[in-house]
Amino acid sequence: MFLRSTYNEFIKIASKPRSYMGFGAITLLVGVILFAMKMDGLAFISFITASFEQTLSFEGNILNGNLIGFIILQMLVIHIPLLIALVTGDLVSGEAAMGTIRLLLTKPISRTNILMSKFVAGCCYTLIIIFWFAFMAVVVAKILFGTGDLMVLNNDGLVIIKAPDVTWRFLSAFALAFLSLATIATLSIMLSCFSENSIGPIVATMAVIILFTIINTLDVQVFDRVRPYLFTTHMAAWRSFFSDPLPKREIIQSILVLLAHIGVMLSIAIYKFNRKDILS
Amino acid sequence: MQEKIVEVIQLSKHFGKTVAVQDVSFDVYQGDVFGFLGPNGAGKSTTIRTMLSLISPTSGEIRLFGKSLSSHRHEILAKIGCIVEKPDFYRYLSAEKNLEIAGRISGTRITKSKIHEMIEFVGLKGRERDKLGGFSHGMKQRLGIAQTLLHDPELIILDEPTTGLDPQGIIDIRNLILQLSKERNKTVVLSSHILSEIELIANRMVIINKGKSIVQGEVKTLLNSEDLIVQFESDRAFDAKSYLQKQFKNVSIEIDEQLLSIHCTQEKIPEINKILCDQGFQVSSIQSKRKLEDYFLKLINQ
Repeated sequence: MFLRSTYNEFIKIASKPRSYMGFGAITLLVGVILFAMKMDGLAFISFITASFEQTLSFEGNILNGNLIGFIILQMLVIHIPLLIALVTGDLVSGEAAMGTIRLLLTKPISRTNILMSKFVAGCCYTLIIIFWFAFMAVVVAKILFGTGDLMVLNNDGLVIIKAPDVTWRFLSAFALAFLSLATIATLSIMLSCFSENSIGPIVATMAVIILFTIINTLDVQVFDRVRPYLFTTHMAAWRSFFSDPLPKREIIQSILVLLAHIGVMLSIAIYKFNRKDILS
Repeated sequence: MQEKIVEVIQLSKHFGKTVAVQDVSFDVYQGDVFGFLGPNGAGKSTTIRTMLSLISPTSGEIRLFGKSLSSHRHEILAKIGCIVEKPDFYRYLSAEKNLEIAGRISGTRITKSKIHEMIEFVGLKGRERDKLGGFSHGMKQRLGIAQTLLHDPELIILDEPTTGLDPQGIIDIRNLILQLSKERNKTVVLSSHILSEIELIANRMVIINKGKSIVQGEVKTLLNSEDLIVQFESDRAFDAKSYLQKQFKNVSIEIDEQLLSIHCTQEKIPEINKILCDQGFQVSSIQSKRKLEDYFLKLINQ
């Protein structure tokens, strides 16, 4: 029954026009960046490398697909949560608003199974979005700009990653980005359980992300104790895969914090959904 | 003795300080078309939602097919088909896809041919590929009935199924319910705020008001216990009125040309007719009209 219900959720997501807005937005945004880089990328890169040119000499194809992929990932990964929340925030509350929640909950399937099938479908949607993003940001960029060593400017300074060493780092970075976005999906599904309208959980999800991001960026001592536990702190952990040496401890810590958030928020969602009186 | 399909025992539901349902009890038997009657806001929908585990009760128990709903939810819901308030579907999907979605989690394997059979049964053949966004309320109601019957349930629960329908739609749904009861031997629980609708379809009923059950039993018995207005069409109506008033001193008789309107019980009709005929009055028609609204208002104002 769980699998059937999950299949139902896939059909619903695939049939909603709003599910394709994410793909459209990613295609458009990445397309614009790729176009800009193709037109004026060298000037953009020389602006970054200018401070190193007195001490280092750069040879080969610096403006390559790997670098463009990294720049796009850095630019857009913070915007994708909105595209995810647009679909996942509607999974429960949208059914309540439409009245179809009554259809689902009067069938011989547990509420936990219904919610879990929505969670699985939401995560799969997130994964597909990430795949599309990866395809556009890295594969298309490599086709247009070729490959080469990846030059990354970290807090520690300039890191040069050899071309053969880049692919697994991108794969790991996208995997961690998926975990971050799955956390967002879980947050919006949880908020969706508390709402009877579609738009509320989407706005609330973005409000939480903005609030946590402000707490992250505000260099105020009072937030020092909570900062390590906010999921937004760990959403940029994918960048760690482009450090040398690899900060394994920080990466594992980020993975655990994100998984803990998913676990706690999913538990709250299940608890709420099981006790919810359906009055809509 | 008939098998009890539904047992609602001392059911109460409170929303904060608001009492939606208070100590409601009733039984529905195998093969019943059971009317659940009450004015708007009486607690009908809350009771029905509780019977379908959409709402958890504050106290009391619901037993369906002899088993407690709280401990046998899946088993029980697999035997129920329902429309709660209005049939809502996924607007962006076709009628066929909507039924596929409902069928997939109905607990029974639903084939494509079964879906098409149901679509045909409710008169939507040819519209199965159309998206629900373009369906009228009546068409959605028909699709709701198809969804209800898809897994061949033993018990059908319909919450205000004729709300918002045009007169033809009301007749269609009424006939469909009667057909389900008589031809397919389904037990039907039907909520409504219209007594005449219940009278036409149901064999048993409960009337609730302000969250409490007021009366329950056989529809015929409950309604026959009340006065009727019986209209006798007769020649020499003035003479007939004078004669009848001498015979029945406490009976109220009004006259309109050849029509005598007499307030009496059902049992009195043959007696009045015999007297009129014996006295040589020619009775050309007899029509009884029940004062439904009066009956209903009398009960709910008690």
